[in-house]
Amino acid sequence: MRTAARKPLFYAAIVLLVLFTTLPVLYAVITIFKRESELYRFGSNPFLYETSPTLDHLIYLFTDTAFPTFAMNSLIIGLLVVAITVALAVPAAYALARLTGHWGERSGMAIFLVYLIPPTLLFIPLFRIVVALGLANTIWSLVLVLPTITIPFCTWLLLGFFRSVPPQLDEAALLDGCTRLQAFWKVVLPQALPGIGACIVFAFSLSLSNYIYAVTFVSESAARNISAGVPTELIRGDVYFWPSLMAATTVVAIPLGIAYGLLFDYLVRGFQSAGAGGE
Amino acid sequence: MAILTTRALKKHYGRIIAVDGVDMETRDGELLAVLGPSGSGKTTLMRMVAGLEEPSAGELFIDGRSIVGVPPRSRNIAMVFQNYALYPNMTVRDNILFPLRARKMPPDEQRRQLDWVAGILEITDLLDRRPTRLSGGQSQRVALARAMVRTPDLFLFDEPLSSLDAQIRSQARGELRELHDRTGITTLYVTHDQTEALGLADRIMVMEKGTVHQIGTPQQLYYDPADTFVAGFIGDPPMNLLPLDGRIIGVRPEHFHLAAEAPNDEIALALDIEVEHLEFLGAEWLIYGVVRRGVTEQRRPPRVIGRLRQAAMPTLATGETHHFVVTRRDACVFDPETGQRLSQAKVAVA
Repeated sequence: MRTAARKPLFYAAIVLLVLFTTLPVLYAVITIFKRESELYRFGSNPFLYETSPTLDHLIYLFTDTAFPTFAMNSLIIGLLVVAITVALAVPAAYALARLTGHWGERSGMAIFLVYLIPPTLLFIPLFRIVVALGLANTIWSLVLVLPTITIPFCTWLLLGFFRSVPPQLDEAALLDGCTRLQAFWKVVLPQALPGIGACIVFAFSLSLSNYIYAVTFVSESAARNISAGVPTELIRGDVYFWPSLMAATTVVAIPLGIAYGLLFDYLVRGFQSAGAGGE
Repeated sequence: MAILTTRALKKHYGRIIAVDGVDMETRDGELLAVLGPSGSGKTTLMRMVAGLEEPSAGELFIDGRSIVGVPPRSRNIAMVFQNYALYPNMTVRDNILFPLRARKMPPDEQRRQLDWVAGILEITDLLDRRPTRLSGGQSQRVALARAMVRTPDLFLFDEPLSSLDAQIRSQARGELRELHDRTGITTLYVTHDQTEALGLADRIMVMEKGTVHQIGTPQQLYYDPADTFVAGFIGDPPMNLLPLDGRIIGVRPEHFHLAAEAPNDEIALALDIEVEHLEFLGAEWLIYGVVRRGVTEQRRPPRVIGRLRQAAMPTLATGETHHFVVTRRDACVFDPETGQRLSQAKVAVA
């Protein structure tokens, strides 16, 4: 009797949670195709189209704003940040995972702590560096600065993955005729691929969502990325271009959400093993 | 085939000494078991031979050539790890071919070697599987195949049977020995299990606290332990060590005789033993007792374990005291200070 009562409750809870998380996205998607007259009319149902839907706002976003430039900038910055992060975090994490004794664990933890320093504290000194290097107002300032967040986090995440690879595998490969680098490349790395995938998604999404560096280091519209460009371009004074704003964010959020969904299990596994290793 | 030699080999980690001056030499083609309790330095010794650890001091030679500083890949030594260390991202075939590919062996030769080794180890039908889909026994065979496929100079086994079920362990032991006789490759076999060492090895090296106590055949170790450590370590139950007249007398459990049934021989020990309890093991009985008279007086009377090689119920009963003797031929005499053996060897040196 009790279990029979439990099941509907369980599903009701799930439906509620699903609605809670998807409604904002649904609202955004519906808003994109709404006519302004309907959008701003009191008493109209936000989830229904009372007048016919339109593609105007989407077309406006891609033709009359700098959104394509922002998106391209975001893509370039994202890819470069991912490349830099993976190139540096993978060897760092492997080295830390194979460091015997307490130093490996301590440095792993120390690296993670760096990630916890908020960017709001760092952007002023970092801005001086960016200016001194002549990178202000270019996308290169973000390519340089964003890895300071992503590398520590990804190193820590990968540390858990590399720790879960038994060191005997490296040793077997060394005895089987490999150099240390070959052993890493052929035997260890293939087993950390899920972790690297998680790092790629994390670094890319962070480079997209970071706002404070993007706004402070780049004030030129042509060099801005989505996170800084969209609010400045689509909010003029106190006029909000709501449908286009919604379009700008949804276009980016949905593919990213799917990528996260696909890699969710790996992300959780990475957090778990990294946490367990850092105890 | 090769001869491995170590000279004053040492390894310490900070202040902790793992291996403390090991001098040893294998014979060509022999299976030498390295036996010792955990923390005795046997695994560290093996890792130094493999090149996975650099010695702190001392020398290592294969066929007279020093291998200190030579990277593992250039030593032509194959190792079977305790957990087998099969590459999980590759099929069994790719696992076995891995050392050949790393050495850039021509493909047709690779194929020949693979067929040969898969035939010997009867794993031909496993070649396309992933290591995660193998049983313990199958994983062990694959690990052996990967080690054998490139015909190394030296085999290193790090407790290869310890992760197998007890039922298939003795069978695997037999197969290992057969395999060794077939290839004739000098093998260093690290284990803490004396049954494995005694049953498998040509010779056994007993280690404790980083030093070698004795190297000898299983028979030598059993009948002629070099010191009290080996005497107390080899044999199940081990040798009884009893104090008498400023010396220590070692007696194997099966060498206690009831006074009435004693052989007509020179007697080394005459003891009154109170039987505490009896243990039935199938083909034999173990007798646990306390020595009441016949040894040097101590605050606590020493306990002994005797073995009776019969299936029938012994005539002894718990609580009774009986008179036992040990012949001089069966007894080993040790120096209580150094633990070193004083009496003559009984087994001819091989």
